[in-house]
Amino acid sequence: MSYITKPSARHPRLPSNAVGLTVRDYEGSMSTLCAGCGHDSVTAALVQAFFELDIEPHRVAKLSGIGCSSKTPAYFVSEAHGFNSVHGRMPAIAAGANAANRDLLYVGISGDGDSLSIGLGQFCHAIRRNVNMLYVLENNGVYGLTKGQFSASADIGTTSKRGEVNEQEPIDPVNLALSLGATFVARSFSGDKAQLVPILKAGLAHNGFAFVDVISPCVTFNDHEGSTKSYAYTRDNMHEVIETDFVPLRAEIKTDYADGSVQAITMHDGSVVKLRKVTEQYDPNDRSGVVDYLSETRSRGEIATGLLFLEAAGADMHGFQGTVDQPLVDIPYETLCPGSAALDQLQAEWR
Amino acid sequence: MQPTNTRNPDYYHKVVDCQWGCPAHTNVPEYIRLIADGKYTESYMLNRESNVFPGILGRTCDRPCEPVCRRTRIEDEPVAICRLKRVAADLRGDIDHLLPKAAETKNGKRIALIGSGPASLTVANDLLPLGYECVIFEALPKAGGLMRSNIPSFRLPVGVLEEEIDMILHMGVEIHYDHRIESLKELLDTGGFDSVFVGTGAPKGKELDIPGRQEADANVHIGIDWLESIHFGHIDSVGERVLVIGVGNTAMDCCRSSRRLGGNDIKVMARKSRPYFKASPWELDDAEGEEIEILVNHSPQKFVVEGGRLMGMVFDLVEWEGNEKGRLVSKKLGEKFIEADDVILAIGQDNAFPWIEKDIGIEFGDWDMPVVDRATFMTTLEGVFVGGDAAWGPENIIWAVEHGHQAAISIHQYCQGESVNDRPPQGMNLVSTKMGLHEWRYSNDYDANLRTEMRYEDLEARLADMFVEAELGFDLKETVREVERCLNCDIQTDFTANLCIECDACIDVCPTHCLTMTHNGEEDEVRQRLTAVAENTEQALFASEALPQTARIMFKDEDLCVHCGLCAERCPTAAWDMMQFDLLNPYAGQEPWPTTAATASTTSA
Repeated sequence: MSYITKPSARHPRLPSNAVGLTVRDYEGSMSTLCAGCGHDSVTAALVQAFFELDIEPHRVAKLSGIGCSSKTPAYFVSEAHGFNSVHGRMPAIAAGANAANRDLLYVGISGDGDSLSIGLGQFCHAIRRNVNMLYVLENNGVYGLTKGQFSASADIGTTSKRGEVNEQEPIDPVNLALSLGATFVARSFSGDKAQLVPILKAGLAHNGFAFVDVISPCVTFNDHEGSTKSYAYTRDNMHEVIETDFVPLRAEIKTDYADGSVQAITMHDGSVVKLRKVTEQYDPNDRSGVVDYLSETRSRGEIATGLLFLEAAGADMHGFQGTVDQPLVDIPYETLCPGSAALDQLQAEWR
Repeated sequence: MQPTNTRNPDYYHKVVDCQWGCPAHTNVPEYIRLIADGKYTESYMLNRESNVFPGILGRTCDRPCEPVCRRTRIEDEPVAICRLKRVAADLRGDIDHLLPKAAETKNGKRIALIGSGPASLTVANDLLPLGYECVIFEALPKAGGLMRSNIPSFRLPVGVLEEEIDMILHMGVEIHYDHRIESLKELLDTGGFDSVFVGTGAPKGKELDIPGRQEADANVHIGIDWLESIHFGHIDSVGERVLVIGVGNTAMDCCRSSRRLGGNDIKVMARKSRPYFKASPWELDDAEGEEIEILVNHSPQKFVVEGGRLMGMVFDLVEWEGNEKGRLVSKKLGEKFIEADDVILAIGQDNAFPWIEKDIGIEFGDWDMPVVDRATFMTTLEGVFVGGDAAWGPENIIWAVEHGHQAAISIHQYCQGESVNDRPPQGMNLVSTKMGLHEWRYSNDYDANLRTEMRYEDLEARLADMFVEAELGFDLKETVREVERCLNCDIQTDFTANLCIECDACIDVCPTHCLTMTHNGEEDEVRQRLTAVAENTEQALFASEALPQTARIMFKDEDLCVHCGLCAERCPTAAWDMMQFDLLNPYAGQEPWPTTAATASTTSA
């Protein structure tokens, strides 16, 4: 953490985006996380993604639970809406907010403790409902805030800072999300913004639950030799199976891949996500194939990264419920709740 | 790119734009920090080490440090470096015990210094402590050269001037006033000196040879001579309508002096337009603040004299265009008569060496100037040195001081039988400023305040008296405000590649997008693909050794770094550290600084 605020001085030739903001206008307050925390890089990637997508800050709602990760929303887009919930309960709050106002862009930030331990049930049901939001899980394998105990995502064989070995089976959030029918599943690394930023942009454009598992090393408790979630281990073992490029609605698609290695997927809002296979035979539309592939790579100790699975079409929570297009919050109260006379009339119809 | 060698003093020196821009390489950020600490005496002495005349320069310096100040690249206005220097001089305590003293044991060498301006005085300042006997010959009745005769008292109070001159004279200089050297040959043959330093300035004001000049002579004055006469009390009035020809700093002193001697319709006549003015912008502002008019594109054609009396001047009204060779040429659009009681010529100064014989071994080059070596300041006659304006024409005080330091090194080496061409190297110290997790030995919090405005003496009061200083100087509140604007560019972001874990924290936090980790390439190409394109090629691009995990390179564009230290504060492994860079200037008679920098660091292994 830092005692001084980030200097207001900025690069005089900083470009502005379509809504007249510079990348610095998407920052939040100074991070109080440890120096070198992966979460701060995720923050920076989010700032970059919001800037590049020309998003107006007041259209964004940031939500989180408890934990180091859950401090993140304070550090980006300070002009956005925000809600900091009880530990592990952010998905329910996000679903409720989304039910009331479907017009906002929801960004949930969580961690391996918040999502995979105390909030596991909440996490699962948000996936099942396909709540329209970007859900970022900052995954570092330890409970940093309580001094570095193994979390539910710690790999078998990984060691704590004091040298103890983890023997319990980890929960792989990517695997879990796929099994629960998630429509957008990605894994990335805080130290690889070239990969992370386009994935976050695609996630924001996705109509439904866009899940991004980000390996985000805990520099204080889990960056030692023997850790499987350190900067060095992640760099050595990650391999990108699919390269993501995000083309916003307004941009012209220039590159033409003749060899068919690129799949262009049109998103709900008209933007296009282009996926280029790095690995042969990998099909990001084949759910069971992806599950098999990931289990195979995991057994080899590899960390597969990229936008691993995408199903752009399909209904989100509002689709399942058949709600009106207009956000409920904008509908006059009298219309939304027509009163007891209307209720009496409705009940009379069923008598 | 090859990894940057930050242990070459030039690399970090160049990052300290003010110090690099200053001919004497004054340690500006450190003296500003000392002022911030209320250590005015220490600040003054640090200044004096390199620029010798902090009180004088704090009022009159041409400020080469300010236009290059990093702050001008972040916002518009530089730190008021010069005015802070004056604060240190104004508020310092007793310094007698801190000043250099002449050596008690003399080394038997006698040095003649011709002229007593800043260059000669600096030579004496540097050589007296080494045991040299310094003898100054001054044509005027008082010492100081152009600092005294050409800078009016409303800019530089006599008390300030004399105090700093006396610090050197009182060390034990033998000075002969009213003693103009008429023959260098005679001095060399009969003076018994081991070495001679010529610091005679550029004492001859340029003439304007146009019709009517002779007839109008009684009311036409050469600027620098006129200012000198004012200083010595020979002139105490001027006509009501005055034309000042020329628009350099001397012209500004002439017009403002006229305003105080009774002139109330004063026009500065410029041949070209404002971008081509030689005067410093603040001097132009000060003149205009005293209700002086500056007319552009007026080229003098003739003086108009009727009945033996100057009536005024006729000017060609011109416009300027670039020709095919890129030079400006004038086109006459018309002409105009402007009334005047007095005309002051301030169109430049020349050197004059009628007193140096052509057959004594000193080679003369272009414009009848002696050939002087740019590094050693020696002429083609061994043992004879030239510095200050006498060397290559008019510059300013701070250049003369630096010439003096360099000439003193040469004179010492010459007198000790060493080669004057072996220039002693600069050295450097580098010390971590880390005090704790978030604590540094400097004020790293960025202050967005704009430049503090100077307050002036009430116009009526200042115009009534030549001796009332126009600028009031900063008070304590203004000083406290202005010191915080300094970006501490000498506190360097020092990088140790093998400690880096490539977590991106520094890149993410940098407020001005200075940092990038990417693969190596040629500099021109790398500059294009950084976090922010590094357009300013005047500023260095730092390249690290290959990083441990990915073999990428850490690049830092030095251009816009505000030295806030957040990169170091966010760095989990202290690969970045904020290190105070201290340039070690060589001076005469000093043990040479080691060429491999002595470094003290909490981080480097």
